Amino acid sequence: MEQTTNAVLSVRNVSMNFGGLRALSDVDLDVRQGEVVALIGPNGAGKTTFFNCITGIYTPTDGDVLAFPREGKQKRINGMRTNHVCELGMARTFQNIRLFPSMTALENVMIGRHCRTRAGILGAVLRGPKTRREEQQVVDASYQLLKKVGLEHVANDYARNLPYGAQRRLEIARALATEPFLLLLDEPAAGMNPQETLELKEMVIRIREEFKVSVLLIEHDMKMVMSLSDRIYVMEYGKVISTGTPAEVSADPQVIRAYLGEESDA
Amino acid sequence: MAETLKFVDNLKKSAMAAVWLAFLTLPIMVIRVDTTEKIVTWRWMHLVYMLAGSFVLALIWHFMMDRRDRGASLRDAGEGGGDSALVRFLNNPRVLKPLLAFGFLVAVAFPLVFSMYQTNILISALIYVVLGLGLNITVGLAGLLDLGYVAFYAVGAYAYALLNHHFHLGFWTVLPMAAILGAFFGILLGFPVLRLRGDYLAIVTLGFGQIVKLVLENWNGFSFGPSGISNIARPSLFGVKFTVQQDTTYMYYIMLGLVIVAIFVTARLKDSRIGRAWLALREDEIACQAMGIDNTRAKLMAFSLGATLAAVMGAVFAAKTTFINPASFTFMESAMILAIVVLGGMGSVLGVILGAFLLILLPEYMRAFSEYRMLIFGATMIVVMVFRPQGLIKAKRKVYTINTEAA
Amino acid sequence: MEYFLQLFFGGLSRGSVYALIALGYTMVYGIIELINFAHGEIYMIGAFMGLIVAGVLTAMGWPSLSILAIALVISVLYSAAYGYTVEKIAYKPLRGAPRLAPLISAIGMSILLQNYVLLAQTPDFLPFPRLIPDLEFMAPYQSFLGTSDLFIIATSLAVMVALTLFIKFTRMGKAMRATAQNRKMAMLVGVNVDQVISMTFIIGSGLAAVGGVLIASHIGQINFYIGFIAGIKAFTAAVLGGIGSIPGAVLGGLVLGWTESFATGYVSSDYEDVFAFCLLVLILIFRPAGLLGKQRAQKV
Repeated sequence: MEQTTNAVLSVRNVSMNFGGLRALSDVDLDVRQGEVVALIGPNGAGKTTFFNCITGIYTPTDGDVLAFPREGKQKRINGMRTNHVCELGMARTFQNIRLFPSMTALENVMIGRHCRTRAGILGAVLRGPKTRREEQQVVDASYQLLKKVGLEHVANDYARNLPYGAQRRLEIARALATEPFLLLLDEPAAGMNPQETLELKEMVIRIREEFKVSVLLIEHDMKMVMSLSDRIYVMEYGKVISTGTPAEVSADPQVIRAYLGEESDA
Repeated sequence: MAETLKFVDNLKKSAMAAVWLAFLTLPIMVIRVDTTEKIVTWRWMHLVYMLAGSFVLALIWHFMMDRRDRGASLRDAGEGGGDSALVRFLNNPRVLKPLLAFGFLVAVAFPLVFSMYQTNILISALIYVVLGLGLNITVGLAGLLDLGYVAFYAVGAYAYALLNHHFHLGFWTVLPMAAILGAFFGILLGFPVLRLRGDYLAIVTLGFGQIVKLVLENWNGFSFGPSGISNIARPSLFGVKFTVQQDTTYMYYIMLGLVIVAIFVTARLKDSRIGRAWLALREDEIACQAMGIDNTRAKLMAFSLGATLAAVMGAVFAAKTTFINPASFTFMESAMILAIVVLGGMGSVLGVILGAFLLILLPEYMRAFSEYRMLIFGATMIVVMVFRPQGLIKAKRKVYTINTEAA
Repeated sequence: MEYFLQLFFGGLSRGSVYALIALGYTMVYGIIELINFAHGEIYMIGAFMGLIVAGVLTAMGWPSLSILAIALVISVLYSAAYGYTVEKIAYKPLRGAPRLAPLISAIGMSILLQNYVLLAQTPDFLPFPRLIPDLEFMAPYQSFLGTSDLFIIATSLAVMVALTLFIKFTRMGKAMRATAQNRKMAMLVGVNVDQVISMTFIIGSGLAAVGGVLIASHIGQINFYIGFIAGIKAFTAAVLGGIGSIPGAVLGGLVLGWTESFATGYVSSDYEDVFAFCLLVLILIFRPAGLLGKQRAQKV
């Protein structure tokens, strides 16, 4: 298996069949250290299915999904349970926001810290100094993450009461709390106005810098994708039809035909 | 003006509802048949009661519905949804501390002041408090609707009864064994239901509960069948001989201790790493797993902790009543414990305690209505779900102190 | 051989009644994804209505067969009314709520109805008159197929055929199918979803009532508790066949009826109820979609 230099995720020939329906067909994809890679394509192209395949919600019918965590060697993660994938260091957000509505914003982020902490039942009941210290660290670290996404002032608000844009940012903060090496964002800018989208873009760039994390995102907002991504993969009907830099992809006639439409719309 | 129109409208609707309900219940309420003697008894007074009662209840219902809808629109606008005045009053530390101290004093002094009969009633209520707290972990915190909870209660009770009967093991010896057995059964029953969703989980656990009861009823060789096990030993204190009165008092203090432990454990669990994981599990299983929490472990822990508490209570119950049979472990028991958790407020420790006291003590003191106890149970569950699903006391999330300097 | 036939027809007749009740569960679940815990009590109330009508008319000296007919009609009407009312009180207000809420409300309604009948009537078993006459032409078959059994099987069959025709060919039937498949879409094309849901409860309750009267007449006695056990078993049947599937409910009912009949006949009659519960637990764990159901994948 050839190892691409400093890849963090390497997907080879992944296919996914649901009974008779072939949702993904021989998909190859790489994300390298520190990159922002975008996955675009018309609705139904298989983008979220792809996310689900690499995060353990589905087991790919064929192919290999290789992850390269910060410490340790490469690991084939086909069919690995979702929580282990997260523990390994790949955290995601969801197309339809999946926060925990009756928990506060702070607590939502604290959930992200779960896989990096260890207090068990005994610790919970006895609350010795070690447990208390761990708890306080979790609280403080989560608060700092809220600050990074600009939500520290709503830390004690219930997640369901937050405005839509704030909820999306909260989901990202929660994913960051798991200390990932790869952040998977599923349509983070959906439903946002241009101003919010710009702020989101800047936030992603900041996050990449500060947390030394690579990003793979699914997005429909072309302006954001073109200006943010280092590389793009274009999918249609479960296949990758084009890949390259934003400039290369937007000039690819196949892509234009399948997705971008008239040049004036881009 | 609009208010009066609304009120008149409600009156009309209630009148129609009353007529409809009276008609609906007419045969069953009014007519009694004896097909062997070929006699028919007509009890027309019941019709009158039904009409009057339905009218009043319908009026209250509509009034509460209006309030609920108004509350909903307030919540949509972003306001409302706060605690009731009572809860805010209770949360004030200057009120809470002396109240708790007073309550504790009352609790300790109780058997010394009141009769054995009263003490026994309170012991029952305390048993249900702990049962409620146990189910609260499974249902209230983790969101796993266990309708067969009574099975764990039975496990503990029969464990003590049988070990005492066959091997003459004492209460204190068996108590930790019951706890371990409960934990084990919790995991055993939890395993098969891991992948099941809410309603299916409920029904399977209901099935488990029924199977356990039916086995206890029919496997005479093991459980002595419907006649049960009698002459179970009471808890001993270094071999001292007690009178019945002293036995009861001793039992009471044991229960009080167990209740305090249960409250302590539950409250600590609720605001801990595990407690948060359970809440996340309840809210969104998929997101929970995706954020690195092992759902299987979390579910099994919730089941087994709840089961442990129930099994311990089972042993206590067997020791208290000195006689057990399968009839004490029916679905109704599970439903009653569920009602306690639901009424009190899922996830709220204080709420469950309140719920247990209300649902267990009230019927004891309102003997006149004891016939209607189950009827009121059923109605309570419906009313609470429709009008106040969060229960009497809403479970509150902890407000954490944040060290803003820490990076 | 005769013993086998006895068990076969016994299972068929018992299974038909399970099917009638199971249809109510499956239709309601198909439309609003709720396990109508109180459905067993509707069946029980149907039986009680039948008893009361039979009692009144018997005291007035009416002939047996016409009593049966009238008892069925009135029992169906009343049960339908109960089903309609139960939905309006305990389920409709909770339509948007998280799934735990209507389930708990349903359990509460079940307890309420049980105790209502208990208090208004009696906790004891009440004798139910044998309304199904013994027909002459059935005499040679009496040893394994009683008139009662035949009647139950025939009536159930007729009712189920009527239901199938209704669902397939009437406007309301189409509306019900549409709502079960996609509620929002059905609303958008103008289906009155409230009406459809009410109708589902009404029909399901009516079916249960038929079952209640028939079985009561067959067994000869009823009490307030029969709904609980029959309800759980019928729910098992519905799940076995595939919850939400109408032919599934029928298939499930028959399979359960035969399983119980043959198991108690050849294995042991003490653990009769346990068979149903074990079957329920096993299906839900290993094949929750049932025999005819579809595996519904969840969108992530």
